[in-house]
Parts: sequence; C-alpha cells; structure tokens
Amino acid sequence: MTVRHHISDEILVSYAAGSLVEGWSLVVATHLALCPRCRTRSRSADAVGGWLLESLEETPVSSGALQSVLGRIERESRPPGGTKTSASNGPTMLPEPLRSYVGGDLDQLKWRRLSPRAYHIPIKIADSETQARMLRFPRGIAVPRHGHRGREMTLILAGTLHDGGAIFARGDVEETDESIEHQPIAGPNEDCVCLAVTDAPLRFKSLTARLLQPFLGI
Amino acid sequence: MLAVTLVGQPCDYRLPPYLPLAYGGGWKFSSLGAMKKDCSKRNPLDALPMAACIEAVAKSRDYAAFEALFRHFAPRIKSYLLKVGRDASVAEEVMQETMIMVWRKAEQFDASKASASTWVFTIARNLRIEAFRRDRRPEIDADDPALAPESDPPIDQALAQQQSEAHLREAMTQLSQDEQMLLKLSFYDDMSHRSISEKLGLPLGTVKSRFRLAYGKLRAVLGERLGEQP
Repeated sequence: MTVRHHISDEILVSYAAGSLVEGWSLVVATHLALCPRCRTRSRSADAVGGWLLESLEETPVSSGALQSVLGRIERESRPPGGTKTSASNGPTMLPEPLRSYVGGDLDQLKWRRLSPRAYHIPIKIADSETQARMLRFPRGIAVPRHGHRGREMTLILAGTLHDGGAIFARGDVEETDESIEHQPIAGPNEDCVCLAVTDAPLRFKSLTARLLQPFLGI
Repeated sequence: MLAVTLVGQPCDYRLPPYLPLAYGGGWKFSSLGAMKKDCSKRNPLDALPMAACIEAVAKSRDYAAFEALFRHFAPRIKSYLLKVGRDASVAEEVMQETMIMVWRKAEQFDASKASASTWVFTIARNLRIEAFRRDRRPEIDADDPALAPESDPPIDQALAQQQSEAHLREAMTQLSQDEQMLLKLSFYDDMSHRSISEKLGLPLGTVKSRFRLAYGKLRAVLGERLGEQP
C-alpha cells in the first residue's frame, strides 16, 4: 500500500507547532500512522521547532528552579505506563489515535444511518472549531453534490473514493475548501469508510439534501 | 553561533555541589568521561553533547548531565512558553514540568528520530497544549500494530538524522529575515496563514506562496538527506 495523497506543508507545520486544533490533528495523526513518508516529513517539521527553540534568547528562570525540579524528581515515583485500547484480533484496520476515539476497530463500530445510502459515527472533539465523524458509503454510491463553506479533510480508511479524475485509497487525504464543489463516488469493489473533519457545514446542491441537512448535522 | 552555545554549554558544567548523591554510588565517572569525549568533537553543527546528556540521564540517572540539560534548555523553554502563553508564572511552571518530563522520559529519547533540542521542543509543546488549551493533540502510537512500517531505513539512521538536522540549521540561517519571521509566526503565535496575512497586511495568496517557498527550501535540504520524494 502506497499513500499518494498527503497532508499539506501548512497543516503539517501547524501540527508540529502545536497550533492545529484537535479535529484537524486527528486527521493528521491518523494519516501519519498510515504514511511512513509523512512521519519523516513530520519529524522535519518538529526539527524546525527544535531549531527555533535553540535560537531563542534565554529568559532567566526563577532562582530556585533547578532545586525545585530536582526536589520533585526525587519525590515523585515514576508514573505507570498508560492503558491503550487494544487492537482486535486479526489485521487491524483502524490505527491509533483514531481507534481510541471511536472505541474499537472497524468491525466493532456501531454505525448510525445518516441518509438512505450513508452511515456515520460522530466523534467527540473538544475544540470549538471542527466537527469530526466517520462516514461509510456503500460501494458505488455517489455522495450528493456539494460545495464547502470552509475546509474539509477526508482520510480514507477502507475502500476507495473517486473524485473527478483522482482515486483516493486507504491512507490518502483529500483536502477541500470553499473553491471546490464535487460529487465523490465510492469505489465499486467495497464500501468506502473515511474520517471526515469540517469547520463549516457543507453546501448541498439538491433541495432534498438541503432540507435534510439540519437534521443530519453535516 | 547558536550551535557554538549548544556544544559549549555541556563542557562547562561543574559537578553539582548540592547533591551528595551525585558523589556517592549514583555517580558514574564513565558517563562523565564519555561526555567529555563527545564534547571534544568540536564540530560546530554537531548536536551530540546534549543528546549524550539525555542518554546519560537515561542510562544512569546522571544528575550532572541533567543539570547541564537544565542550564541549557530551561531558559530557552521559558522564552518559548512566554511567546506562546504570555503568562510568566504559568511559563515558569510549565518549564519546570517540561524538565521533569525530560528526566522521566529520557529512556524514550531516540537519536535516530530527533536531535536533543527537537525532542525537548516536542515535550514543551505538548505540555503547553495541556496547560493552555481545552482540546488535545492526538498523536500516533509507536507500538500500535496497525502502524504502517517504515520502508528500508537508512543504515545509520541516527547519523543521518543528526546530519539532516545540522543541514536544516544551516538552511534556516540562509533564509531571508522575512522567511524566518513567517516560520516563527507559524510556530510561536499560533497563527494560521489567514491570521498572518491579516497581521502583516499581505494577501493570503502571498503568505501562502512565501511560506511554501521558505518551507520548500528547508524540505529540499531534509528531503535529500532522508531520501524523501519531493
């Protein structure tokens, strides 16, 4: 499996800087789990942060800071290792950190009907800027034609999504914004499962989709 | 010049007078010797000494090495936290937590993945998100069986990483003042390209293309070193 559609430099640097909010960061981190090349790129972006830290002027620390830190090191016992959501038996489809966010692997998810031809699982995110959800489209199904009021990032986890001339497969990220209006179609061989994060409601073209939108929360 | 301070510092530290423990059973002369040897390699772009200090903390809970780390990094971490958080008392507290975490997580430091300053930066960054924000910064889990494996790693990845970071530092100093400022705004002021364009009074497209150009220069350097596709 080779990932062909990657995270942009702007997003990757914001993630390294720690300024990217949780919703977008979930897409970045899950993509990194599936894309060794972007892990290397991510380390490069971290290294820019390391260089900037190194190049900062020195601010005096409080006079007892070192003693205080050493005292706390002496007193505190080492923390036990954290607990993780275990992967299901067999090949794992959902990597961390997404698996913990949705509470299990792909075969353990409880899908809710979003429309007659789509299923979703809303994901709880603490930032006030983004909305995140898992989406599942049955094979061959076309997503209703829509535009965007803000940014949308879609990470494919299973199956494929065909959009214009491009095919997005497992690990690929599609970034769209206000300038894009599209009608992606799930590939013909298996259901398409993806993680979708937006910062504004979509603009659907069809009247039915627009009427349903307030009830669907997308 | 920056790199000179980087290598100069650990050679200057003295045995800590405040910790009898350091002179007792806990003290390892071998680690001090190893560090001196590393410090004697006077390559101005070599970030090894601080890395050696972290490794000495990991291997033998070496207090002298930790003090060297503290003297070098604590004032810089505090500057970083003041830039991103602006509250002096919180900055002091998060700086101390960062240094405690450096002690605790020293075993996890991997010179093949990051230089000492990059590793310390990531710890400070994560702790400041915990301190200043309500939301989280999700990360990969290095032990996750679902993690896609790295394809053919370089033979000496630690060396490759150090060299590539040294090249990065060189490339950073060659960027124009404007380009450096753009990167600093991205890193310190929690600024998106949109807010940078508002702050500088430049069109969004200009900010985006300048950023792409500046970051592209750095990536070209790193990409060549790490065998990355453009």
